[in-house]
Amino acid sequence: MSTLRKALPGFPLSGFDYRALVLPVFFVAFWALAHGVGWVDTRLIPSPLGVVKTAWGSIFAEDFLPGLWGSLYRDVSGFVIGGLFGVATGVALGLSRWLDAAFNPALNALKQISLFAWLPLITSWFGYDDGAKILFIAASTFYPVAVNTFEGVRGVTRQHLEVARVFRFSRTQLIFRLLLPAAAPRILTGLQMGLVFAWLATIGSEFLLANWGNGLGNIIIHGREALDVGLVIWGLIIVGIVGSLLNRLARRAESRLLGWRGTA
Amino acid sequence: MAQAGTLEIQHLRKNYAVNGATLNVLENINLSIRPGEFITIVGASGCGKSTLLRLIIGLDTQYDGDIFLDGRRIRDTGLDRGIVFQEHRLFPWLTVRKNIETGLLNNTRFSEAEKEASVRAHIELVGLQGFESAYPHQLSGGMSQRVAIARALVNRPEVLLLDEPFGALDAFTRHFLQDELLRISSEEGITMVLVTHDIEEAIYLADRVVVMQPRPGRIRRVVDIDLPRPRPRNSEAFARYKDDLLKDFSVGEHPEEILAGNIEQPA
Ligand SMILES: Nc1ncnc2c1ncn2[C@@H]1O[C@H](COP(=O)(O)OP(=O)(O)OP(=O)(O)O)[C@@H](O)[C@H]1O
Ligand SMILES: [Mg+2]
Repeated sequence: MSTLRKALPGFPLSGFDYRALVLPVFFVAFWALAHGVGWVDTRLIPSPLGVVKTAWGSIFAEDFLPGLWGSLYRDVSGFVIGGLFGVATGVALGLSRWLDAAFNPALNALKQISLFAWLPLITSWFGYDDGAKILFIAASTFYPVAVNTFEGVRGVTRQHLEVARVFRFSRTQLIFRLLLPAAAPRILTGLQMGLVFAWLATIGSEFLLANWGNGLGNIIIHGREALDVGLVIWGLIIVGIVGSLLNRLARRAESRLLGWRGTA
Repeated sequence: MAQAGTLEIQHLRKNYAVNGATLNVLENINLSIRPGEFITIVGASGCGKSTLLRLIIGLDTQYDGDIFLDGRRIRDTGLDRGIVFQEHRLFPWLTVRKNIETGLLNNTRFSEAEKEASVRAHIELVGLQGFESAYPHQLSGGMSQRVAIARALVNRPEVLLLDEPFGALDAFTRHFLQDELLRISSEEGITMVLVTHDIEEAIYLADRVVVMQPRPGRIRRVVDIDLPRPRPRNSEAFARYKDDLLKDFSVGEHPEEILAGNIEQPA
């Protein structure tokens, strides 16, 4: 592969490790073989080519792009809202012994409730439209972000806090110039987890509320109802691709933000 | 140029509450430090040297007696005092320049231009030109400690406190930084108080060496170092001071401390 990379210096995916393709290629080959030889029920499992055809067709179907867009929009909105509240809550609890004592036990208890168990409550209060889904996604993002931010702020050393006191940091300076940057590695870990949770919540809420709104989850459920297995598989592939693209983006943002840690 | 501060410590006593019991860490400390004077403090581990610096810098305000800086009682931290700890305590997410600028965040005395000039002057003072945009993890221990010194000096404080600042460094770097400190002290004319475990360092730097003893922490004696600078470490006069001061740490005088591992064996 390295020779290929040298031969194609300006190749758009330079930096991409082609070994990552081994498993998918092998899998698709096996799938095509299984389908061609007739090991599987071809009504339940379409050929790879069939899925590609479905995919090609679906891109021009009227609900696909709006669905993809809708899912992304809700995912990002919920993630941003939940992330901001998560960081704010984590900092507040980490900063104030009083707030910590008052709220942490309750938050820990709430954590025991599976996120999807909240969905009925949220829908009965807020209905079935985008707002309710975004709230659900925000709540899913909130937990890992808040918990990790809290731990990160707690991990700020006494030594650094004393430096802040010697230089007479105000509360705002303390938060923005010491606590947040010192906690940044943990916060970014929390945000990465939050991103995964948000995408799960995005698709999950569309599965559970399949008859309301439009999103990738709705498309997959509708594909199943129409016995269009090709569409279901294509939907899953898109969900996976979008999810891992979001994570790649997050990873890249992280290494940029944490450059000060060096290569360690 | 900074105005050098006068430190007046009177009847200072500090207790810590440890498991319900009272631990008398400092007892009846009296010390007048003249503006621009270089004071070094030596003494067995646990005799309250760091505690004394923490009281002067204002990180701990629970004490009896008085500490005056230029006649004002110290009640809190302040930009008129700078401190260098044993560890550099730089912010790892900031470059050298940004770390030094952190010291100026709440400085209202300087104009923007003066701040900028002070940062540049202190980067130069500690010889870190060219490393302004390096991160702490890219620096050696000695370089990091020099950044910490620049950060402590950037406000042009009246007093600079140093708590075993070179303890973790090799002998070569230590000697080099000691000379830099003397140069800074004469160039900036700041009052300096440096805690060290190294008797030779104490003599090399000080106008006066304060010898402390533990339980409770108090001043055993104050030794004037009457040597012209630069001071050759191998001169006879230097050796006499060393012998004299080492007597305070002589083995056999406090056997219980040696058993407890609390005394510094002279190197
Ligand atoms: N926050 C604290 N609470 C209780 N006791 C303390 C506290 N800080 C220091 N002490 C005690 O006060 C005494 C003096 O401590 P200090 O750190 O000032 O000594 P030191 O002279 O700097 O010692 P070393 O040379 O080892 O640095 C020690 O017995 C220590 O255990
Ligand atoms: Mg100490």
